[in-house]
Amino acid sequence: MPTQNNSQAPRITAAALHFMRDDNKKFSPLAVITGIILVVGTILTILRFTQGLGAVTNLTNTHPWGMWIGFDLMCGVALAAGGYTTSAACYLFGMKKYHSAVRPAILTAFLGYATVVVSLLYDVGRPDRLILAYPFVVQQGTTSLLFEVGLCVLLYLTVLFLEFTPIPLEWLGLRRARNIAVKLTLALTILGVVLSTLHQSSLGALFLIAPSKLHPLWYSPYIAVFFFVSSIAAGLSMVIFEGSLAHKAFHHRMGTTYLEEHPPLVLGYAKAASLVLFGYFMVKIVGITAGDNWHYLATPYGVWFLVEILGFVALPCFLFAMGSRNKDIGLIKFTAALTITGIVLNRLNISIIAFNWHLPLDERYIPSWMEIALSIYMVTCLILVFRFIATRMPVFDEHPDFKEHHE
Amino acid sequence: MSISRRKFLGWMGTAGLATSLLGKSASAASTKEFTGHPNSYGVLHDITRCVGCRSCEEGCNTVNELPKPAKAYSDKSVLNKKRRFSTTEFTVVNKMVQKGSPIFWKTQCNHCLEPACASVCFVNAFEKLPSGAVVYDASVCVGCRYCMMACPFEVPTYEYDDPYTPEIVKCTLCAPRIEKGLLPGCVESCPTESLIFGKRDDLLKIARARIEKYPDRYVDHIYGEHEMGGTSWLYLSGVPFKDLGLREDLGNTPAPKLTSGALHVVPMVVSLWPVFLAGMYGMAKRRDKIAAEEKLQAVKTAVELAENKAAETLSQAMEKASKEKENILKRVARIKEKAAKTEEGS
Repeated sequence: MPTQNNSQAPRITAAALHFMRDDNKKFSPLAVITGIILVVGTILTILRFTQGLGAVTNLTNTHPWGMWIGFDLMCGVALAAGGYTTSAACYLFGMKKYHSAVRPAILTAFLGYATVVVSLLYDVGRPDRLILAYPFVVQQGTTSLLFEVGLCVLLYLTVLFLEFTPIPLEWLGLRRARNIAVKLTLALTILGVVLSTLHQSSLGALFLIAPSKLHPLWYSPYIAVFFFVSSIAAGLSMVIFEGSLAHKAFHHRMGTTYLEEHPPLVLGYAKAASLVLFGYFMVKIVGITAGDNWHYLATPYGVWFLVEILGFVALPCFLFAMGSRNKDIGLIKFTAALTITGIVLNRLNISIIAFNWHLPLDERYIPSWMEIALSIYMVTCLILVFRFIATRMPVFDEHPDFKEHHE
Repeated sequence: MSISRRKFLGWMGTAGLATSLLGKSASAASTKEFTGHPNSYGVLHDITRCVGCRSCEEGCNTVNELPKPAKAYSDKSVLNKKRRFSTTEFTVVNKMVQKGSPIFWKTQCNHCLEPACASVCFVNAFEKLPSGAVVYDASVCVGCRYCMMACPFEVPTYEYDDPYTPEIVKCTLCAPRIEKGLLPGCVESCPTESLIFGKRDDLLKIARARIEKYPDRYVDHIYGEHEMGGTSWLYLSGVPFKDLGLREDLGNTPAPKLTSGALHVVPMVVSLWPVFLAGMYGMAKRRDKIAAEEKLQAVKTAVELAENKAAETLSQAMEKASKEKENILKRVARIKEKAAKTEEGS
């Protein structure tokens, strides 16, 4: 087995290099951009940790949460929801045909959550104390929803790590350890869904404390439900969207099972996403009605809310249904991207755009270019690590030595 | 790899423990009605008496040993711009001109009876002392700044420019001085008794009496009596509070009540979600099993059918064969007979 890996290694490296360079043996524009992002990001990282948050962010005393919470944490966690949705569909709800999508989804979720945690280390004032797990070890603030979010994210990251371990263990040929890890699948999947339900919803519930700061169209006693339901749509869309990206980048690594199962998966996920988005749309309407906030729709914020709710919830709901009915994979992929954009928009609306709406414009927060650059840096690092793993380890294909163990 | 299993079980235990903790605190947040520590202190700020001298700012600066500002406290030009507190100013005086006459008022931490900052802090860094002060313990603070997000009065400030040990900064109601029997720095330096320190209950009585005695001078509202469940700092004003930037749309719900519902759901999800999911798993498994059984049954029936058919065909063939055999034997007998006759004849 190891010999086989060794023989594969040069081929994969060559393929990776081929991906990096174009035919003229010069670095491709993509590689150059990646390089620039990494250099700038590293410089900004040094700046952040030597000069403080004030040197790189536009955060103020009235707007203490910015890009790194609004995008890196809120969107990162929502978009990593493909992990729990896919593993639940496959292992709990009996959709075994989706088995080949589990590994890419778990890997994405694991790396996504790891990136979220790293981003938080940039964002908090005392990252040393976050690493030492002060909220759990030193003093527990159990009335805080952030305590719950923190605990769930920490536990779920561990769960995702354990769910991910069969991939490197197969790669390393550690059969016994791998078999033990695989046996944990069911328990880990249930635990993963429980933890995801809790923290996906609690991320929204973080804002329950600030009814006077968040615009009434986005503030709702149901905000936790909104976050949970929309995370399912986000997870499903991410699996579809990522699958189409991966087809371009990792086609040479994709096994026949993955390639055979992918188109029906896309159709099935589109149908599911359409249904979930319909439910999400309905509960959003319930939210407006319960708060009697209809009159806000005639304001500029109301128009912006309608853009989000009609353009990025109702429309993709319809397009997913149409796509799955007509078996139009292209339309479904487009709709997945639309849904993801909508989720990002929703999270940014809640944490930044519609937050502190009562303040005059000059007191509002606009992220500095450095905050945005560091967010891009995080995403870039995530993609690079994903590529490193997906090009080497059995993610999109089955390891020949372990095929018989799959269901 | 047994380590991972042990670790996993450990985490399960931790999750259970956390659930029970969360459950307890959540119920504590919703069933009890908290109206402040008995005999706790507060300050009544009568805005109609404030002359904008900024002595309170200076007093605060001195007793808290804060860095001296660039402009002297006697310089009143700073009042022309709206100010808010910062990491070096726990309190600020602002000015507004209405109907030709200036109105001055002081703002600082209002020291809520049930503080939002304390309820959202995931390391419990904030504490509402029995004296009334809401104090902060920097030694545990992780710097997540959720307290700043949560505070409806936008009070806590953060040392964004400190790269290594940034802290939350806010008014402490001079809690250490109260303990020694001294007045808060601002109250002590107020020359017009616009600030009165005392038991919150007494201050409410004084405030009500003033409104009753001078109904033309005051609006009929003690700001802080009920806002966000009540604050230790109380205000009287001659103009609507919202004109001064003191928000009147905050509601009277204490901050912890806003999140207690969501916290209540947590133990329910932890308890019932695994049951639901295991049920879904069981149903899917059973569906598969039934499908497999049905498949097996179908195959069995098909095989039986085929076998029966084959047996029938076989028996028919056998019958046919035996009949043919009989016929042949008969023919052979006939032929033999014929042959015998022929032999006789010849």
